[in-house]
Amino acid sequence: MIREAYVNMAVLALLLIVPVWAQMTGEPFTITLATRAVIFALAAVGLNVALGLGGMVSLGHAVFFGIGGYAMGILAFHAQTFTPVMTWPADVPGTKSMPIIWLVAMLTSGLAALAIGALSLRTAGVYFIMITLAFGQMAYFFTISWPTYGGEDGLSIYVRNGFPGLNTLAPMPFFAICFTLLCLVLLFVALLARSPFGLALNAARQSPARVQTVGLDPQRLKLVAFVISGVITGLAGALFADLNRFVSPTMFSWQMSGEIMVFVILGGVARLCGPVVGAVVFVALEHILGDLSDYWHIWLGALLLVIVLFARGGIVGLLAGRARAHD
Amino acid sequence: MTDAVLATHGLSRSFGALRATNEVSIDLRPGEIHAIIGPNGAGKSTLIAQICGGLAPDAGRVEFLGRDVTGWDVAARARAGLARTFQVSALATEDSVLQNVLLGALGAGGSPWRFLRPALSDRDLRDRAEAALTRVGLQDQAALRVSELSHGQRRQLEVAVALTLSPRAFVMDEPMAGLGAEGSAQLTAFLDGLRAEAPILLVEHDMDAVFALADRITVLVYGRIIETGTVDEIRASPAVRDAYLGGAA
Amino acid sequence: MSAILIIEQILNGLQFGVMLFLMAAGLTLIFGVMGLINLAHGSLYMIGAFAAAAVAGLTGSFLLALVAAMAAAAVAGVLVEVVVIRRLYATDHLDQVLATFALILIFSEGTRWMFGSFPLFLDIPDYLSGPVTLPGGIQYPLYRLVLIGAGLAVAAGLGLLITRTRIGIQIRAGENDREMIAALGVDISRLYTLIFMLGAALAGLAGALVGAIQSVQVGMGEPVLILAFVVIVIGGIGSIKGALVGALLVGLTDTLGGIFLPELFKLFTDPATATAAGASLASMAIYILMGAVLIWRPTGLFGARA
Repeated sequence: MIREAYVNMAVLALLLIVPVWAQMTGEPFTITLATRAVIFALAAVGLNVALGLGGMVSLGHAVFFGIGGYAMGILAFHAQTFTPVMTWPADVPGTKSMPIIWLVAMLTSGLAALAIGALSLRTAGVYFIMITLAFGQMAYFFTISWPTYGGEDGLSIYVRNGFPGLNTLAPMPFFAICFTLLCLVLLFVALLARSPFGLALNAARQSPARVQTVGLDPQRLKLVAFVISGVITGLAGALFADLNRFVSPTMFSWQMSGEIMVFVILGGVARLCGPVVGAVVFVALEHILGDLSDYWHIWLGALLLVIVLFARGGIVGLLAGRARAHD
Repeated sequence: MTDAVLATHGLSRSFGALRATNEVSIDLRPGEIHAIIGPNGAGKSTLIAQICGGLAPDAGRVEFLGRDVTGWDVAARARAGLARTFQVSALATEDSVLQNVLLGALGAGGSPWRFLRPALSDRDLRDRAEAALTRVGLQDQAALRVSELSHGQRRQLEVAVALTLSPRAFVMDEPMAGLGAEGSAQLTAFLDGLRAEAPILLVEHDMDAVFALADRITVLVYGRIIETGTVDEIRASPAVRDAYLGGAA
Repeated sequence: MSAILIIEQILNGLQFGVMLFLMAAGLTLIFGVMGLINLAHGSLYMIGAFAAAAVAGLTGSFLLALVAAMAAAAVAGVLVEVVVIRRLYATDHLDQVLATFALILIFSEGTRWMFGSFPLFLDIPDYLSGPVTLPGGIQYPLYRLVLIGAGLAVAAGLGLLITRTRIGIQIRAGENDREMIAALGVDISRLYTLIFMLGAALAGLAGALVGAIQSVQVGMGEPVLILAFVVIVIGGIGSIKGALVGALLVGLTDTLGGIFLPELFKLFTDPATATAAGASLASMAIYILMGAVLIWRPTGLFGARA
């Protein structure tokens, strides 16, 4: 068995080397593919905070992914049409600046996570899964039927947003931005898992009664974890929108929620880099199998079944053994 | 009665037609071990749940340190200094022994709203946790996962987590359950010394331990107190013989 | 707005509701007895619709198509139960969600591979098409009335099955205490397969019945599946009665909301905004209903446990 830390290093190194190599050999599409994997990884790292650390099986994380996406879409749409986002209580113009868009995406998805989490955490078990799914559907149908920002057709943004000092229109700088954000978030999550908060959250997942009897409120711990989780997935949504220069209600779809969850499970629940491995493998499979067969989802489904039935630690679990990251 | 650390007044709780506790009034005084015994289904678990805040009573009050805590939840009572141990261990089994006691220390002294620095680098938390482990004799097992501990060691860990809270009173739900003769004897000796630190409300089936430890015993049958008294008084009580010792022992 | 329109919409809501009930009944039994979340239930609905369309195309008989739909879905259900689902009863919900999500991928793509991406059509037979005149002079499609009748008949049949028959007693016992019914000598794995088959057949029937008024295509199952989940969560998981009440509530809320909310908004604001806002709110109405029910009663209207 290989130490999990080495697996993590190897995954991130690979994720960095492939696009650099693609840059040198002049294959920009591979860089875009790697960027897609990095962004999906970020979304899944977000879900893993709720799912792996907090034990909250959310089948509605597409809400935060979508909100992040629409935060970008709406701000950039107003910037490209030179219209204000709102006129009351103050004039707010649109923007093409990534840092501002990220902040807005994180703030709005965090607020949404606070509201959804506070309501959903009143329930538990299968009801929690269903109510998060329902919130996802609510957001999905809302965006479909709300005509201001394109309804079902979504919004196209003509030019990728800017980041001070970088040419974001080229694939490599944009990849670098996404990869850096992923590494920063991974560092944050690694610290989080060992922090007092992580300790308490971890215990709240395993034994809520224990956490209460030492005077802590397990629901509040879970709610904060849910918000952190939503903020990270929201950031990923903003990047995803910028990658495609397009947002549509499908970012809110329940298949999206399912896929984010698949990334986590494929790689390994509660493993630091599990979601990264899962997202990379998913994007690679999508690309390779998608070339071989129009019906590649059958093989993806079969692979998932095998993982769930026979390899419960996911891919990282197969490589690094049962030990968890935070021991 | 006013100097009681913990007291219940007429606690009642029904589940449908079943009166699980019926007008239960008990108190726990400084420095004592007060044992609650009774046959299975006597309402002991329901009583503990109401004392610790997991279950709201239909009627009656709970007082802790002179304050009415009937409306408080489990966490609030724990913060006020009421420490309980569970009959079936409620430990975080994937975590290490040290992490479990750190959690107790965190609840007692630290804030869980710290997100970046490792919990282990907090000297205060760590000292508190390690001190509790040393007291129950688990210092050498600190790095083990709870799932690797023996049953007896898990019981010790339960007590260690309660100790980290520096509690004003203990509520222990069958701490001897599943321990062998030697384990019971060790834990009995330990609890004997612990009462000076904070009084213990002890629900226990192990009669040797109860008669060795208890300053007072309350006998609960069908949710109702049939007798409260010293060990000798309980031994001599005809009502207890009839209802409990006669049948069960 | 006329009374006729309102009655029509109520009937539409009922029809939608009873079809949801056919889906929800299987889901809620499977969850109640086996403790399993089955996301692939929508695939069984789709299989029923495709089987019906294929058989109707070959034979021209609508009744044969319905039988084929139930048989195909039941066979698929049993197959899935024996090969995959059986291994999931003891695992946590997360594994169940994933494995059955994987099954959706396999079923959807498998169907696309067999039938292609273009929708099929299943025609309403002549003897069930056309409108009938209801008391009060309301013209209403006969087929939709038949759907309401069929759905209510299935509901009544299920009610009898659960309360009056030996199997029903075993099912109820299974919801309460699994060890006990095993101890009583009931072959529990056969019972589980049977329940799964029953649920699958009902889903297949719903797929075929609805397939005749909508198009039959890959992916048709999942929207219905999610609505059926909303239904059983509102009704309380495991309760057939809850599933029926939940299904009718959801059916009526969705149908009436789409009509009345825009009208309601027109009282306050200009027509264009009102239509947009009303439609948006209507599309979310059942989820709002579900959220409200769960906040009020975290285990649903008739549910006992999480």
